[in-house]
Amino acid sequence: MNFLIFGFLIQNALTTGAIYVLISLTLFSVATVTRIIYVPIGEIMVFAPFGLSMLMNGQVPGTVWLLVLLGGIAFLQDVWQMIRARSRHGWRKAVLLYLAMPALVAGFSLASTGANVPFVIKLVAGCAAPVALNPVLFRVAFQPIASATRLVLLIAAIALHFALAGAGLYMFGPDGLRTPGLTGVAFRIGLIPINDQFLLILGACVALIAGMYLFFEYTLYGKALRATAIHRRGARLVGIDPDSASQVIFTIAGVVAVISGLLIGPLTTLFYDSGFLLGLKGFAGAILGELADYPMAALAALALAGLESFSAFYASEYKDVIVFALLIPILLYRSWRQPAQLEEEHFE
Amino acid sequence: MSAPMLLEAEDIHVSYEQSEAVRGVSLKIAEGQIVTVIGANGAGKTTLLNALMGLLPCTGTIRFPQTPAAGISVIARVEAGICLVPETRDLFGTMSVEDNLRLGAFCRRRQRGFSTGELFAEVYALFPRLRERRRQNANTLSGGERQMLALGRALMSRPKLLLLDEPSLGLAPVLVKEILARIVELRGFGVSVLLVEQNARAALAIADYAYVLETGVLVMEGQAKTVASDARMVESYLGAVAE
Amino acid sequence: MSRPPAGRLPAGGRRIAAWLALAALVLAPAYLGDYPLSVLDNIMTSAIIAIGLVLLTGIIGMVSLGQAAFAGLGAYASGYAALNWGLNPWLTLPIALLAAAVPAALIGALTLRMSGQFLVLATLAWGISFFYLAGALPMFGGQNGLSGIPSLGVGGMVLGTDRGMYLVILAGLAIVAWMSLNLLESNFGRIIRTIRYGAAIGESAGANIFLLRLTVFIIAATFAGFAGWLYTFTLQFLDPGAFSLDNGIQYLFMAVIGGVSSIWGGVIGAAAYSLADRFLSGYLQQFFGQSFNVSSIFFGVVMLVLMQTARGGLWPFVSVFLVPARQNFTPLAPVERPNVPPAGAVLRVANVVKKFQGLVAVNDLSFEVEAGEILALIGPNGAGKSTIFNLIAGLLKTSSGKIEFLGQDITGWRSRKIARLGLGRTFQHVRLVPTMTVLENVAVGGYARHRAPLWKTLMRLNRDGERRALGQAAYQLERVGLLHRQGERAANLSLGEQRILEIARALNGNPLLLLLDEPAAGLRFNEKQQLAALLIALRQEGMTVLLVEHDMAFIRQVADRVVVVQYGEKLAQGSIAEIQRNQAVREAYLGVD
Repeated sequence: MNFLIFGFLIQNALTTGAIYVLISLTLFSVATVTRIIYVPIGEIMVFAPFGLSMLMNGQVPGTVWLLVLLGGIAFLQDVWQMIRARSRHGWRKAVLLYLAMPALVAGFSLASTGANVPFVIKLVAGCAAPVALNPVLFRVAFQPIASATRLVLLIAAIALHFALAGAGLYMFGPDGLRTPGLTGVAFRIGLIPINDQFLLILGACVALIAGMYLFFEYTLYGKALRATAIHRRGARLVGIDPDSASQVIFTIAGVVAVISGLLIGPLTTLFYDSGFLLGLKGFAGAILGELADYPMAALAALALAGLESFSAFYASEYKDVIVFALLIPILLYRSWRQPAQLEEEHFE
Repeated sequence: MSAPMLLEAEDIHVSYEQSEAVRGVSLKIAEGQIVTVIGANGAGKTTLLNALMGLLPCTGTIRFPQTPAAGISVIARVEAGICLVPETRDLFGTMSVEDNLRLGAFCRRRQRGFSTGELFAEVYALFPRLRERRRQNANTLSGGERQMLALGRALMSRPKLLLLDEPSLGLAPVLVKEILARIVELRGFGVSVLLVEQNARAALAIADYAYVLETGVLVMEGQAKTVASDARMVESYLGAVAE
Repeated sequence: MSRPPAGRLPAGGRRIAAWLALAALVLAPAYLGDYPLSVLDNIMTSAIIAIGLVLLTGIIGMVSLGQAAFAGLGAYASGYAALNWGLNPWLTLPIALLAAAVPAALIGALTLRMSGQFLVLATLAWGISFFYLAGALPMFGGQNGLSGIPSLGVGGMVLGTDRGMYLVILAGLAIVAWMSLNLLESNFGRIIRTIRYGAAIGESAGANIFLLRLTVFIIAATFAGFAGWLYTFTLQFLDPGAFSLDNGIQYLFMAVIGGVSSIWGGVIGAAAYSLADRFLSGYLQQFFGQSFNVSSIFFGVVMLVLMQTARGGLWPFVSVFLVPARQNFTPLAPVERPNVPPAGAVLRVANVVKKFQGLVAVNDLSFEVEAGEILALIGPNGAGKSTIFNLIAGLLKTSSGKIEFLGQDITGWRSRKIARLGLGRTFQHVRLVPTMTVLENVAVGGYARHRAPLWKTLMRLNRDGERRALGQAAYQLERVGLLHRQGERAANLSLGEQRILEIARALNGNPLLLLLDEPAAGLRFNEKQQLAALLIALRQEGMTVLLVEHDMAFIRQVADRVVVVQYGEKLAQGSIAEIQRNQAVREAYLGVD
C-alpha cells in the first residue's frame, strides 16, 4: 500500500460512498413517508443509462412502452374505483397522470431517436421514462395495499423488483454497458491524480442532498411529506392525501435514482440487474438513520463505502460478504433502538 | 330551526371488532350551534365522531346539506370545511408549532383570498402562548398547549364545522375552563362545533343542544340546560338514581 | 369464516383418495420417464423447504428470504464431507442437519429479537452473505462449485440421479410433512399459533415466546438443510447459484402462493411454482427465441396480485373440499394446584408509581385484593387503569413501589413467571386464534402444565399427554358452559361467547387470581347477564377476581368492592353504594362546572 493506491482507494470510497449516501437518504425518505422499502429503486437506477444508450443508437427504449402499459393499468384501476364509489372525483388526475403523461413521454422519446437530435435532448428523454414510472408503479402495485402491514408492503416491493428485473432483461438484454466519461479533464492534488468523474459525482450528490434538505425543510409540500411520515392520520386530517404524498416521494426517489444511475454508468460495467445490489448497499445506511438523524445515515453509508473499497483491495472475493454480514449487527442495533411497534408486524 | 343544517346523520351503525359500537344514532347540527354528545367511558363517542368524519365505515346516511361533495372522503370533508380534532390530537411532534399551524392551512393552499398571515394572526390572538412557542417542536409542549395547538391547527383551515373529541382529556380543571371558553369564542368566527365529552357538566355549560350516548345508543337528547338537570343523565354515568 | 358444505368429500372418500394418490406417487418410477421424475424430485425438495417456510411465515408470522442459504449450508457441508472425508454418504446426513441447525441457532438468537421488517432484512443479509461466501471460499470450489460427489447406495444398489433418488426424496418429504403435522397438532403447535396474535397471549400462559420462535426457526432451517442434502446426492454437483438470494425469494413465493396457513400449502405452492416456471421458461422460451425471463415477470406480477387480493394463497380454495375430522373430548378435571391461596390478601399493591418520560401515569397507588372477592377498578378515561393492570400482570415495570402476589414479591417479574405462579388474565380486545377451535384455544391456557420434549412431539409419541391436555381444556369449557361449542372455530362465536372463552382459557392455567380487562365492553344486555352469572359462580367456587370495567350496572351486579382511580391516584374505595354517594367520585365522573 503506498500513497498513490491509498489515494485511489479514498477517491473510490468517496465516490461510491457519495452515491450510497444519496440512495440511503432517498430510501429512508420513501420508507418514512410510505412505510415501503423501495427495493425496485435499483432497477430504476439502471434503466436510465440503458435507455440513454438505446436512444443514442436510434431506438426507443422498452421503458417507454412499459410506462404506457402501466399507465393504462393505473387508469383502469382508478376507473374501477370511481365506479365503486359512484363518483367522478379524481378523473382529471387519472387522465393527466396515467394517460396524457405516458403519451407525452412516448412522443418525446420517439422524437429523440433521430441521429441529429442533440445529446442533451436524448439525455432528458432517456431520463423521462424511468422517472415517470415511479408514481405509476406506486398506483399499480402499492396504492391498493397502502394500509397493509410493512411486511406485506416489503413482500410486494420484492415482487415488484423481481418483475422489473425480468423486464429489464427483456428490454436491455444480458450484455453489460459501459458509458463513457463525460469530460476528459484530470488533475492532481499533491501526488494523487483526481478523476473528473469523481468531482462530478461528488458535486451532483452534494447538490441533490442539499436540494432534498431544502425541499423538506422549507417548502410547504416538503413539510407536508414530512408530516405524512410523522403521523399519517394527522396528515389526512389537515387535507394531505397520503397516496398523493406517496406518489410525490416516489417521483423524487425516481429522479435521484436516475441521476445516480447516470453517474455510476461510467464507473463500472452495468448489467440489467446491477441495481439491486447497489440499492441494498445504499439501504444499509438508511437503516441506521432516524428521522432527525440524516447525518448519521450519511456517515454510515460513507463508512460502508470505505469498508467496501478497502476490502475490495485486500480481499476482493469477500468484499460483498463483509458488507452484507455487517448488515446484521446494524439491524440488531436499529431494532433495539426502535420503540415498541404499534402495529402487529405479521403477514396476512 | 331557521339556521341552515351543516350535518345530518341518520341511523348510524358502526361495527367494531365483532360488536356494534354505535347503534342507530341520529343527530344534526345547524350553523351557529354548539352541540355536545356526552356519555360515560366506552359509550362509543369517539367511534361516532370518527365515523362522521369518514375515518370509519358505517351504515346509515350522513349528509352535509351545505357541501354535498364532502361525503366522499376524509380529504373532501376537510376541503369542504369540516375539521376533526381527534382524542389523540395527532400533532406532528417533531415539527415546530409554526409548521404545524402552517400545515393546518394546507387544504387552502390553492384557494384565492386566503392570507396565511391573517390566519396566523387570528390563531395567535386566540392562543397567545402558541406565538411565544412558535419555533419550538410540538412534542415539547405541555398538555394544555398541545390541545391549543390542535385547535389552532384546525382553525387554520377556516372550518365551518369543528368536530372535537374530548377536548378536556388529560387537562387540569383550570385549563379545561380556558379551552372551553375559547370554544365558545369560536362562534364569533362563524365556526359551529360538535363536541364529544366525558366531562358532562362542563360540556353542558357551553352547549346549546345535547345528546346522551350510552353503550352506543342515544338515550336522551334536548336543550343542554334541560339535560343538565335531568336525573337520568346522572344515572347514565354513575348507574345510580341521583339523590 | 365458516366453510360452505357444498362440494365436501365424505371422510371415507377422502381417505381412499389419499391412499390412491400415495400409491401413484410411490409407483411413479415405474411409469414415468426420467424428465418427469426429475421435475417431481425438484418439486419435492422445494416443498420440504417451503414447509419450513409455512411454519415460519404462516404460523409464527416471520418472513424469511434466507432459507436457500440454510439449504446451501446443508448441501455444501455434506458434499464437502462426502468428497474429502471419505464418509459413507448416508453418514453425511447428520452433518448436513447440524450444518444448518447450529448456524440457525446462532443467527436466530441474534436476529429473532428484531421485529417485522428488520428481521426480513436480516434474512436477506445472511441469504446474500452465504451466496458470496460459497462463491469465494476455495474449499467450496468457488464459482465452479463441487463436482464428482459420490452417490448414496443401498445394499449394493447405487441411488444416483433423479430416478435413483426419487423414493428417498419422497420418503424425506413424507417424513417432514408428518413431523410438521404432528408439531402443529400438539401443545407446542397450539402455543406457537398464538404468536402472531401477540406475544402477550403466550406469555400469559407461561410460555417463553422468544425460545419458541427460535425453536421453530431452527426446525425450519433444519428442514432446509435436509433438502440441501437431498439435492447434493441427486445432482452430485453443487454450485452457489442454486442457493442464491433469488432462490430464497422463490421459496418464499412458493410458500405464499401455495398458502402459508397450511403445511399442504407449501407442497401445493412448490408444485404450482415449479410447473409454471418450467412451462414459462421452457415452452415460451422457444416461442420468443431469446433470453426473455418470462418467469421472473410472471411470478412478480402474480405475487403483486396475491398481495392485493388473496394473501392466503391457493390453499383456502383447495381446502374447501376438505373437512377435518373432529373428535369431541370429554371433560377431565385437572390436578389441583398445591398452593391454596392464603386467607387475607391475594394481591397487594403498595405505593406503586409509574412514570413515562416525566409523565406520572400512576401515583403512589395502594390497594389490596382479598381472597374470594371480586374487586372492580374503575375511573374516568385516562385515569391509568390499563397501566395499573399491565403493571400487575408484569407487562410493565414499576418505577417504584411493590407488588405482592400470594405473599411473594413479584415486583419486576416477567409476565410469564407471574402467570406460572397463579395469575390468569384476559385482554381488552379479545385475543384468540380465530382459526383454532374453541377447545384448542382453551387448551393454550394449560401450556405450561403440558409441555413435552420436542422429539416426542415430532414423532407423535405424546398421545396420552395430548388427551390429558384436551380433556382438561374440555373441563374448563364445561365450567363456563361452552362445552357444546368445542369443535367450532373460535371466529364463529359472538363477542360475548369469545369473552367467556378467553376466561376459560385463563381458567385452564389453574389461576388463583383472575385479571379481567373490561370483560363486558361491547356486550349486549343478555351477554352481560351471562358473564355476570359466570363471575358470581366462579366466586362461589372460591376464585378471586380483579376486573377493570366502565359499566356501572354490571359492576353493581358482580363486584364486592370498588376502587376508584383518577389521574393515576386512588380517589376512593368501598362498596358500590358508598362510591356512588361519594362527592369526589361524582365530580370525577360528571365533571366540574
